[in-house]
Amino acid sequence: MSRIVKRVATSFAITMALAFGTQAAWAQSATLKAVKDRGALNCGANGQLAGFGLPDPQGNWTGFDVDFCRALAAAIFNDPTKIKFVPLIAANRFTALQSGEIDVLSRNTTWTMERDTTLGVDFAAVNFYDGQGFMVRKSLKVNSALELNDAAVCVQQGTTTELNLADYFRQNHMSLKTVTFATADEAIKAYDTSRCDSYTTDSSGLYGERLKLADPNANIVLPEIISKEPLSPAVRQGDDTWEDIVRWTHYAMVDAEELGVNQHNVDDMLKSDAPDIRRLLGIEGQFGQSLGLTNDWAYRIIKAVGNYGESFERNVGQGSPLKIARGLNALWTKGGLQYGLPIR
Amino acid sequence: MPRFVRTSSSHAARRAGSIALQIALVAIIGGVAFAAIHNAAQNLANAHITSGFGFWNDTAGFDISQTLINYSASTSTFGRAFWVGLCNTLLVAAIGIVLATVLGFAIGIARLSSNWLVAHLAGGYVEMIRNVPLLLQLLFWYNSVLTTLPLVRGSVALPGGGLLNIRGLFLPRPQFAAGFGYVLAALVVGIAASIVLRVSARRRQDRTGEPMHVFWLTFGPIVLVPSVVFVLSGAPLSFSFPQMGRFNVMGGVEILPEFAALLLALSLYTAAFIAEAVRAGVLAVPHGQTEAAQALGLRSNTTLRLVVVPQAMRVIVPPLTSQYLNLIKNSSLAVAVGYPDLVQVFAGSVLNLTGQAVEVVAITMAVYLFISLVTSLLMNLYGYAIAVEER
Repeated sequence: MSRIVKRVATSFAITMALAFGTQAAWAQSATLKAVKDRGALNCGANGQLAGFGLPDPQGNWTGFDVDFCRALAAAIFNDPTKIKFVPLIAANRFTALQSGEIDVLSRNTTWTMERDTTLGVDFAAVNFYDGQGFMVRKSLKVNSALELNDAAVCVQQGTTTELNLADYFRQNHMSLKTVTFATADEAIKAYDTSRCDSYTTDSSGLYGERLKLADPNANIVLPEIISKEPLSPAVRQGDDTWEDIVRWTHYAMVDAEELGVNQHNVDDMLKSDAPDIRRLLGIEGQFGQSLGLTNDWAYRIIKAVGNYGESFERNVGQGSPLKIARGLNALWTKGGLQYGLPIR
Repeated sequence: MPRFVRTSSSHAARRAGSIALQIALVAIIGGVAFAAIHNAAQNLANAHITSGFGFWNDTAGFDISQTLINYSASTSTFGRAFWVGLCNTLLVAAIGIVLATVLGFAIGIARLSSNWLVAHLAGGYVEMIRNVPLLLQLLFWYNSVLTTLPLVRGSVALPGGGLLNIRGLFLPRPQFAAGFGYVLAALVVGIAASIVLRVSARRRQDRTGEPMHVFWLTFGPIVLVPSVVFVLSGAPLSFSFPQMGRFNVMGGVEILPEFAALLLALSLYTAAFIAEAVRAGVLAVPHGQTEAAQALGLRSNTTLRLVVVPQAMRVIVPPLTSQYLNLIKNSSLAVAVGYPDLVQVFAGSVLNLTGQAVEVVAITMAVYLFISLVTSLLMNLYGYAIAVEER
């Protein structure tokens, strides 16, 4: 009798261990648990940049970076509105992330080695390849950034922009007067009152900020791109699964565009026979569970915000006032740099 | 024997007890502070955030718009940027304190004037300025300075070779030749001579009653001696004048509109509070003093200068110290207008570029604490010096 009991108990214990063991193999993310318990994702956004992160007059947040947070919220809650947006200036964006005030920083932030290694943050995936440019008034009759010797330039503090500006002028043996401000709004206002001759930030930001000027058409963006600015969402170091969730949200959107899945046809695509699409939408495979999400995580994302191209065009592309070309952000099959990693 | 007599033994015991309590309190506070610092360091290490002060010697890489000492974006370190920011803060604080004091005293005394219009204008100034937040006033001055100044193309040429436009006030830059050291030495000699002359003239006035000619005794040596040496050493001073460049004015000493706006806002704001402190001090002097002075035949401004204000200073100096400290700390609002003071350069740019918030903010707070302690120490020494000795 005791031998049978022992056998049953042992096999029961082994079964339980296997069951929990396999659960433990997919490590639960502490951040994901906190987000689910809270019921909302804390998303660090810009708040002042048209096209990337800006509340509209009714208070609804819109923008390319905002869409990314909505994709995350859709993957976790199946509801892209369960987000609390925290507007951040360049000065406090990393502190907010480090301290736990936000779960993810989606605020047109450049991925640099120094930030990756010394701040205790990790970057998930480059979702926008950008570069720094200059904006000047047409009346100055300047056609190239190399003509800006001794110009006064307005810039936002605490950004890679500040550093690149000094480097560029030094390399080209030009001298420079910088006027730095804590927020982009102040900097652009000072530029508009002619306090400085030029305004510099990431080229995508220039198109967005130009819309805030009194006479946008009186200003031009100079052709030079003086730096590489790969923009990426950032998370705290130490929670690898959460980082995976954020990373694969981006790649799901790029893969969807590569496979031709968009917001309008995603329901029809559920009936597709193509193995790639079936794995993407969770009909085959357990990829969602390995992240701690449901298997239809990518379906939720595409249904909520669309694929990468749709989000791009809606926020910063031809469907928006900014009208930025895909350029480097086109798919790799079309000559750009966006390359979806395989979901398999 | 009454019940509440205290014997010497219980007194000693109580004293020992109180000392023990104080030691325990210091130990507790020290322990809490140590635990807090240790906790912070541990958390930073756990989050893989770099800590320590190694960033001080890293290259800064960013430009600063006003540098009183040598600074270059490509070779200067973050430590150098700290000193640049500190110099800018001290500059605006020092000039602001002088202007605020002069204006504050004038308005405080004007408010006590028997002229109805003067008194009420001063009162209106004080009430209006005191009740609007400083940040709003600063933004108001910055925007009004920016919007009224002409664009670079239309710079106003000032007599003496200066240029005024929206980028700033450009004054001729003095170039000092070799002989200027003698002129500076002569200035020191002149100041020493004027002090000696004033002391001997005051002694003579106490003895014989002959009035001392303050103006000539003070300014005579200070102006005459260096001027003579200046002429004799061949005028070792020339000026480089500001010129219009393609975008901006080149050369000359540049005074930023941000600096002007900050200085204006700080001085006007603090002057309103100093005016009230001055008024309180003057009202604290017993009216009998004024009556006695007038009975002696002194006119009202002599009364004010020789009888009332010296006695009022005892009451004015402590709140005046507070206002000076407020001005120094309020100068950190420079962040709002882009003036590169300590907070804007160090706790703004350097903090963001290094990411080390704890160290940078701790250093900034320590620096402000140090500046404030030195200021209040000097003011307290001045207060002791002018305190009336009770006979």
